[in-house]
Amino acid sequence: MSRNDIIRTKGMVKRYLLGGQEPKIKIGEDIRAIPQELLIKDETQVLALRGVDILIRNGEYVAIMGPSGSGKSTMLSILGCLDRPTSGEYFLGGENVATMTDDELSEIRGRRIGFIFQSYNLISQLTVIENIQVPLFYQGKDLSETWDRCVELADLVGLADRQEHRPNQLSGGQQQRVAIARSLANDPLMILADEPTGNLDSSTGQEILDLIDRLNADGKTILLVTHDNAVAKRAHRVIHMKDGLIDREVNNRQPTTAS
Amino acid sequence: MNRLTSLSSGTANRLFSVVRLGIKSLLLHKLRSGLTMLGIIFGVCSVIVMLAIGEGASFEAQESIKKLGSENIIIRSLKPPEESQDSGGNRSFELVYGLTYDDGARIQTTVPGVRYVLPMRILRENVRFDQFQVPCQIIGTTPIYPFIAGADVVRGRFLCTIDDRHQQNICAITVGLARRLFPYQDPLTKAVKVNGVYYRVVGLIREKNSADQRSQAGDMEGEPLDNNVYIPLNTSRSRMGELITKRLSSGYGMEAERVELHQITVQMQDTEFVEVAESQIKALLDRFHDKNDYEVIVPLQLLRQAERTKRIFNIVLGSIAAISLLVGGIGIMNIMLATVTERTREIGVRRALGARKRDITTQFLVETIVLSIGGGIIGILVGITVPFLITHLTEMQTIITFWSVLLAFGISGAVGIAFGIYPASTAAELDPIEALRHE
Repeated sequence: MSRNDIIRTKGMVKRYLLGGQEPKIKIGEDIRAIPQELLIKDETQVLALRGVDILIRNGEYVAIMGPSGSGKSTMLSILGCLDRPTSGEYFLGGENVATMTDDELSEIRGRRIGFIFQSYNLISQLTVIENIQVPLFYQGKDLSETWDRCVELADLVGLADRQEHRPNQLSGGQQQRVAIARSLANDPLMILADEPTGNLDSSTGQEILDLIDRLNADGKTILLVTHDNAVAKRAHRVIHMKDGLIDREVNNRQPTTAS
Repeated sequence: MNRLTSLSSGTANRLFSVVRLGIKSLLLHKLRSGLTMLGIIFGVCSVIVMLAIGEGASFEAQESIKKLGSENIIIRSLKPPEESQDSGGNRSFELVYGLTYDDGARIQTTVPGVRYVLPMRILRENVRFDQFQVPCQIIGTTPIYPFIAGADVVRGRFLCTIDDRHQQNICAITVGLARRLFPYQDPLTKAVKVNGVYYRVVGLIREKNSADQRSQAGDMEGEPLDNNVYIPLNTSRSRMGELITKRLSSGYGMEAERVELHQITVQMQDTEFVEVAESQIKALLDRFHDKNDYEVIVPLQLLRQAERTKRIFNIVLGSIAAISLLVGGIGIMNIMLATVTERTREIGVRRALGARKRDITTQFLVETIVLSIGGGIIGILVGITVPFLITHLTEMQTIITFWSVLLAFGISGAVGIAFGIYPASTAAELDPIEALRHE
């Protein structure tokens, strides 16, 4: 494995059991070969992912697209270390996530991944700076030492004059900027953005995407999940998912860049 | 590695941040937090107030018992119940009962561990000086009286052995009596008249337990008297005799009784002798008294009884208060469960940003503890104020003990932990993915 690989998965399967019954299809079988119709009829389990191989390299900008039920969200949860694959391998920066305990997952989320959510998900009782500090807090850092860094990050996303504001005093675009600053706080391996522009009007959305482009230009690896073709166009590579499998991958030779 | 070292170095700092965060979250809903705290405030307050009232009530009882002396055994003459009321008409015989001089001597010589035996003859007479006349207790006793009864000699001296031997006509009187009989003169130069006999005043005495009731030869009630005249026991014996005649309440004829001693106070060398000596004294007296004409009072036992009563009292009051604390705790738990549901999204976000389950548990537990300890502190402040008001307004004595405050504080903290653990662990066990999707 190259040091340059941020994400590498092999035969990643995610199965949700229904009603605690013994599943009819065992994981050991070649799930990819089983026709989708047969799986839909199976009432004992849902196979959200059926053996996914992904490779994402350092500095890449990758978008994941796909219709509802394609396994996109499950993929995001697993790549974001919020969940473990039922079988298969997932290496994040050389560490095998598939076998980690809950506490280890928490730690790797905090250390390696920056999350950006559709609905910003700031903590309402905290100020801008304090929100940016949250990931650092759970890494056990001394908050007074990291204050300057968080101010810098607020400055980077253009909120230098809003440091002591609460989330409810900010617009949607500003809140998403705080979320971006927060995702950078731990200097993560990659940033995982889930529909970052979904709740924003198009011009504010463009600003946010420009900001993300800028981060990528500075060398951050970006993994973005979206429905929106216009958003996906900015990525270097688009992964299309269907029925728990990767349908196709498209390389964008000329990604739309910030104007 | 990095995590471990930074954890140990900044634990206090971290805890401070967590507490600060908890307070912030609580301040977000001031009314709700305030109402939740109110339950604990009332609980803690009632613990302190109830214990203070209980403590105060038992303190008064114990004080009056303690004045009798925990090393003492008090034996009093009692008029035997049956023979006293015979036919109602003229009584030709005199009634003989009560403790004798011999009893005192026997106790002194046979019961081990006795330090002093204090005999007392107590008679009711009018004491006169000039135109003043005051009904008094004439107490014939020995020089050791002040040491055992706990009286202070204010001026002059008390009786001494020579007075007793020579049956001197001298007396010591209480300060209160001196004030009534001698408003203008110095009592130490004068003599008072009792039953036609003059007694020279040699000293002024202040009784420590002047309000204590001392039962009188005839009446069981006694009166709170601080009009006492102390004369040597032998003087009392020779000048007044042992025969006491009284006009019957019906108006016909006289009643005569012969009582040698009205009270014997036995002081033991140590409290540990008291209980053994009590049974020995009873056995000893039983041999010489065929009538039930005495009673034995052991202040130590009364004290123990009072302590037992107090314990029961405290348990009852404490349980009532504990129930109100329990209700407060349930209130806290209820609110925290609602809060967890309300803040599911926040929990999801925190988990995504690297919080472990135990971080979430800590966060919510700290909030609960802040609520309950905060309520506890306010409750203590109120609980300390209320007894003062009670004492001020009702004259009821209240005592706030340090341990009751400590107990109340400890319980409020324990309530916070006990009722916080379940909501906190509910929060920690949420699936981060589900929590993030929660609306």
